Amino acid sequence: MKVYVCVGSSCHLRGSYDIINLMKESIAKRQLEDKVELSAAFCLGKCTDGVSVKFDDEVVCGVSKDNFDEIFSDYVLSKI
Amino acid sequence: MAEQNAKPQAKLRKFDTKVQYLKYKVLREVARHAFDDTLLESFNDIAKVIVTGKKPTMRCCIYKERAIIGERIKIATGGDRSNPNVIEVIDIACDECPLGGYSVTENCRGCIAHRCEDVCKRGAITFDENQKAHIDKEKCVNCGKCAEVCPYSAIANYRRPCERACKIKAISMNEETKAAQIDNNKCISCGACVYQCPFGAIDDKSYILDIIKMIKESDSGKNFKLYAVVAPSISSQFSYAKLGQVITAIKKLGFSSVVEAAWGADMVAYKEAAELSEKGFLTSSCCPAFVSYIQKQFPTLKDNISHNLSPMAEIARYIKENDPECKIVFIGPCTAKKMEVKLDTVKPYIDSAMTFEELQALIDSRDIPITELEEGVLDNASYYGRIFARCGGLSDAVAEALKEQGVEDFDLNPISCDGIEECRMALLKASKNVLPNNFIEGMACSGGCIGGPGCLTHGPKDKNQVDAYGKQAFEKTITDAIGVTGIGK
Repeated sequence: MKVYVCVGSSCHLRGSYDIINLMKESIAKRQLEDKVELSAAFCLGKCTDGVSVKFDDEVVCGVSKDNFDEIFSDYVLSKI
Repeated sequence: MAEQNAKPQAKLRKFDTKVQYLKYKVLREVARHAFDDTLLESFNDIAKVIVTGKKPTMRCCIYKERAIIGERIKIATGGDRSNPNVIEVIDIACDECPLGGYSVTENCRGCIAHRCEDVCKRGAITFDENQKAHIDKEKCVNCGKCAEVCPYSAIANYRRPCERACKIKAISMNEETKAAQIDNNKCISCGACVYQCPFGAIDDKSYILDIIKMIKESDSGKNFKLYAVVAPSISSQFSYAKLGQVITAIKKLGFSSVVEAAWGADMVAYKEAAELSEKGFLTSSCCPAFVSYIQKQFPTLKDNISHNLSPMAEIARYIKENDPECKIVFIGPCTAKKMEVKLDTVKPYIDSAMTFEELQALIDSRDIPITELEEGVLDNASYYGRIFARCGGLSDAVAEALKEQGVEDFDLNPISCDGIEECRMALLKASKNVLPNNFIEGMACSGGCIGGPGCLTHGPKDKNQVDAYGKQAFEKTITDAIGVTGIGK
């Protein structure tokens, strides 16, 4: 699956850098490199609501350090 | 009606000169009709909208004024396709200013001191029966010493403003038409003449029609995303509004997202530092006019030009790697960027370029009320990427990047060249192997990009504004700023 973390200005200010790092760590920890392709996206058009992440065609807003694990298991682990 | 209301305000707050304002009005009207799909049928009406009334205000008669507007429309819609240069002379707009170098004016009082005669090493000064000075053109070499010493400032130098602006001597008079002509073999498209011609007879071609077409085809990002890559010098522009409001205005125009070119500058600084410490001597590659100058006038130094793309192209490449379907427009102060986007090395990444002047025209053509908009955000780059906009910023950034990469066995000794004349001196020395520095930061415009011809306004505080904008950056180091991009990991 493809995961895009928004690195547009809004998300960047809300911590997309942290989310990318968490994403990299979680993928590495579970050795999912072949299954999950991580890349950057520029503005997914949902700027008001925290960091936006697109899992294939589904955009999830408001991703933060606090809810990261939950979102990772709901949108990545449960689907691969 | 809107025109009447907008006029005094727009002129006062938006531009340095009335020539810019005139150019802006043409661009705005062309854009308005292009957005409305009425350009073809209204082509001839635009001149009448701009030159109203029966009395001429700029030229001998309104018919000449309208004819010149017609030429401006041509340039606003892409200009002469057969001319590869983006800088073009409007022959009929050229006032054919007098030239002839130093001449004695009526202010000469026929004094007895004759300082002019004493200082002239060529013996070119003679006096008539009224003791008034004359300059023998056969002997005069235009050194200007006589003008300097005259107590009455009676000796004037008749040079055309365009020729004076063109420090690389690419402009001369066409013997036949007497109008200015540009030598494309020398011209680096820096646009200094565009900004300096008091009659607005030299202009940069505009590609706003291509841009408007992309805006329409993108259809608010439905068909493909349209990105605006904005130069950091924007911080000294649009002074009547907040930067965040300009960002929102760009999005309202139809751009999906606005990205800082300064972020590309962070990437460039990081890579440039590595390349420099490896090779030992480099010239910067950010300023396309400077790069073109080296290629045309100092071909022996070509191999020393940094192999990095410019910040504009670097960030665009990153965006296109992540979103191959998208289209990208650069917005900045620069006319030479319009040449750069045509290069084979840059073409795949950037689809078009426009100046801040053109952006202003586009925004106003859609009647977007900038000062009433809410503020958007633009924040990816670090302080160092942002200060690329002013002279010296690039060297500071490379020094920082060397530090962040822990390069200790390389002593950076940069020279920041402010304007093409300083570039020339440094390149001349480098070509003769007598330059003590190991990095030439070249900026063709005085002050760096903030002095660019496509700026709306130029002022002494511009540099401070760029620095202040840099300090507002969320990321404090280059490594942090480019962390998400995967470079430097």
